[in-house]
Amino acid sequence: MNDTDLQVSDQELVIRAKNGDLSAFETLVSRYEQRVFNLAMRMLHNVHDAEDVTQQTFLNALEHLEEFRGDASFATWLYRIATNAALKNLRKKRGLPTVSLEESTELQEERDTIPHPEYLADWRQSPQELIQNNEVRALIQQALDELDEKHRLVFLLRDVEGLSVKETAQALGISEANVKVRLLRARLQLREKLTRTFGDPKTLVKPEHKHKNSESRA
Amino acid sequence: MKCEELLKLLNEYVDGDIDPAFCKEFEQHLAGCDPCKIVVDTLRKTILIYKNDQIYELPVEFRERLHELLRQRWREIRDSKLEQPQQPSPAPRANNQN
Repeated sequence: MNDTDLQVSDQELVIRAKNGDLSAFETLVSRYEQRVFNLAMRMLHNVHDAEDVTQQTFLNALEHLEEFRGDASFATWLYRIATNAALKNLRKKRGLPTVSLEESTELQEERDTIPHPEYLADWRQSPQELIQNNEVRALIQQALDELDEKHRLVFLLRDVEGLSVKETAQALGISEANVKVRLLRARLQLREKLTRTFGDPKTLVKPEHKHKNSESRA
Repeated sequence: MKCEELLKLLNEYVDGDIDPAFCKEFEQHLAGCDPCKIVVDTLRKTILIYKNDQIYELPVEFRERLHELLRQRWREIRDSKLEQPQQPSPAPRANNQN
């Protein structure tokens, strides 16, 4: 038996770990520690805090392993623990009361307010060229930080970590419909910010259709 | 299809899971609407730029500490279960095997 064999499924490793196999649990940790750490870094931007969140995530996973019933995948379950730990860390730093992810994410979900694209221009450089530059990378990070947590998390899980809509919904404890709405808002907000920075003014195009709300309010 | 309708289908379109019935309409609209074409193009680039962003390497020392801590906690949990068995074992354990 070789637990490091990638062919052993997470599901199988969870069963072994529940039956007392420590090496199976460690294999699971090894599979996901880099991803959890990455997510934590993108949320917290600080190695020390990201380590804390990573450690807390796996300790929680270990302590609650018996409760994991496999309704969602192990990865999704872990992301859920990790996002809760990251949010808790963020709130602690800001001196805000800690609330559960469901409360923070599900309350006051504004419906059908999709930000209308305003700044329309081609980018001066390709994404591949842009990310070579450290200053540009800082700007990209800053744009992400300016999103509120609930939009940032959906974007990170779906577009950066590559979870499906369903998995993102399970990880955040929200509906798939909410994931889709938040993802679209997050993507459009980021597009707007990045295009204002990287767009070539020479190619600027005026939107043909004005936003209905702004017209009616005018 | 109008620009507003296209906006609502953006996710599905860039993720490649748009209903084929709408896909054709979507692309017909794009072919004749520069602003929407730019939105789709820059939205794709936006997603790509974050996908390809740097990986933050897990510090090796931290990884070792983490695993050591988890092993220790694992033993604590196991020992406390052995001392105070609160629940019957879910599966028969092979106690008399080496």
